[in-house]
Amino acid sequence: MSAGVSNLTVRFGDTIALDDVTVDVPPGRISAVVGGDGAGKTTLMRALVGRVAPSHGHISSPPEQEIGYQPATSGTWPDLTVDENLAFVGGMYGLSTAALHRRRDELLDRSGLTAARDRLASRLSGGMRTKLGFCMALMHNPSLLVLDEPSTGVDPVSRVELWRLLAESAASGTAVVLATTYMDEGERAAYVTVLDRGRALLAGPPAQVVASFPGTVVTTPRPVRQEMSWRHADGYREWWPDGTAPGGRTVDLDLEDVAIVAALQTENGANA
Amino acid sequence: MSAPLLAVDGLVKSFGANRAVDDVSLRVDPGEVVGLLGANGAGKTTVIRMLLGLLRPDEGDAHLFGSPPSLESRRNLGYVPQGLGLYQELTVAENVAFSAQAYDTTPAPLTGALADVADRLVSQVPLGLQRRAAFVCALQHRPQALVLDEPTSGVDPLARARLWDTVREQADAGVGVLVTTHYMQEARQCDRLVLMSRGRVVGRGSERDIVGDTVAVLVHTDQWQRAFQTLDAAGVPVTLAGRDVRAVGVEAADVAGQLARGGLDADVERVPATIDERMTLLARAPVAS
Repeated sequence: MSAGVSNLTVRFGDTIALDDVTVDVPPGRISAVVGGDGAGKTTLMRALVGRVAPSHGHISSPPEQEIGYQPATSGTWPDLTVDENLAFVGGMYGLSTAALHRRRDELLDRSGLTAARDRLASRLSGGMRTKLGFCMALMHNPSLLVLDEPSTGVDPVSRVELWRLLAESAASGTAVVLATTYMDEGERAAYVTVLDRGRALLAGPPAQVVASFPGTVVTTPRPVRQEMSWRHADGYREWWPDGTAPGGRTVDLDLEDVAIVAALQTENGANA
Repeated sequence: MSAPLLAVDGLVKSFGANRAVDDVSLRVDPGEVVGLLGANGAGKTTVIRMLLGLLRPDEGDAHLFGSPPSLESRRNLGYVPQGLGLYQELTVAENVAFSAQAYDTTPAPLTGALADVADRLVSQVPLGLQRRAAFVCALQHRPQALVLDEPTSGVDPLARARLWDTVREQADAGVGVLVTTHYMQEARQCDRLVLMSRGRVVGRGSERDIVGDTVAVLVHTDQWQRAFQTLDAAGVPVTLAGRDVRAVGVEAADVAGQLARGGLDADVERVPATIDERMTLLARAPVAS
């Protein structure tokens, strides 16, 4: 059985952090959960690693020792060196000294951190610290890898490297799920869930989510309907539901456009 | 051609043996939005610090509104730093009042959702609203130019679109905007882009100009895991795109050859690279002496 949540609702007091969300995290695939601040990404990640109890619905995860988790804060100890951070985590999972050293060397090599192994985590660049957090989550060879915004504040070059590491894990059969604020990372995953205020706004393989979205988006200097348009570059984009727009140039949709339209629909529906 | 609002010309700055900024020129004219791109360490922040007069260049000139940067000329500038620059322990309204006082102007009225949280501490307001508050603080003295550092990171697409609405309104009114970003969705909002790598400007213009003739190789296959592992093991820079694999800096024929040797059946297609991929190739290139 693969990991995931089904019809998951999580309430904290009066706040509904997650509202009837279903996400499947099968082995050998990268699943992305995309959303802004307050969308419920962290709650979902924490639910998957068993740190948040469901108010309703179901969570399925492997046993704790088979889960690797990188919290949003990267989870590294600033006053320990790279080597010490990895040894500490390895010890926590009861790896033998020989196994720990072998695994540590392998991960440092894969992530390009070998030359920095004696450096304090506090002295690493943002990209290197993210990679260290990633290696720490992988030390015990988990079957489920849960990463909460591993790429936030990381530059594009380091992000490409991080994605290479993610893909290597997924290619070797690990179930990988990551939370991100970057739409282009959602597009790169095999399956994406766009969260908005606790609800799944869109879900599916990204190309399919975009292709199956109804209507047309055009660029136009003057939008006809304020409530279904938004600024883009030096003009506007406007969504038309039935595929026939009265003017403007039709654009190739991307996930960002589709997420904006879906959020506008929700918002207008709420106001109606 | 009108006089630029912001301009640097032939800037050079070294820190010890490291030439952090090496002959950089750029300008921002009234009403345009210019995106400054580059990996960490490319020199973007150093250029901006020299532009603002916070750091003295070894060579070259910086001009704010036609004169060297000074306390006086900086008053015509609005700045939203990545950390937003708000006081966490003051309320939203107090932050706006404090910043108005610093610029010797009257506080801007808070509208919409921002009005609802006017009396809440900034630390207790959602990030999207914090970003809007930071915009109010940067705009209320009606600056002629704006410098924005990753203005919409961390917010959802609709909130991002609305923040860009504000930026575009400013540009429409003649304000010049310089945006530094790592985020390709933000880069696409700009009128033109400047790409830096290792202290130098390595590309200017539209997204297409920046990518130039850099191509990526897109691999369609039923077995992306094996395709990825095969190319990765061969040292080819690879990344994922859904269920496809993308490789950069290699010829399509070489990719096809590697895959065939691995016994894989795959379609290989040449496609234009992304800006991220161009940046990755620049970062991998050997350092020119």
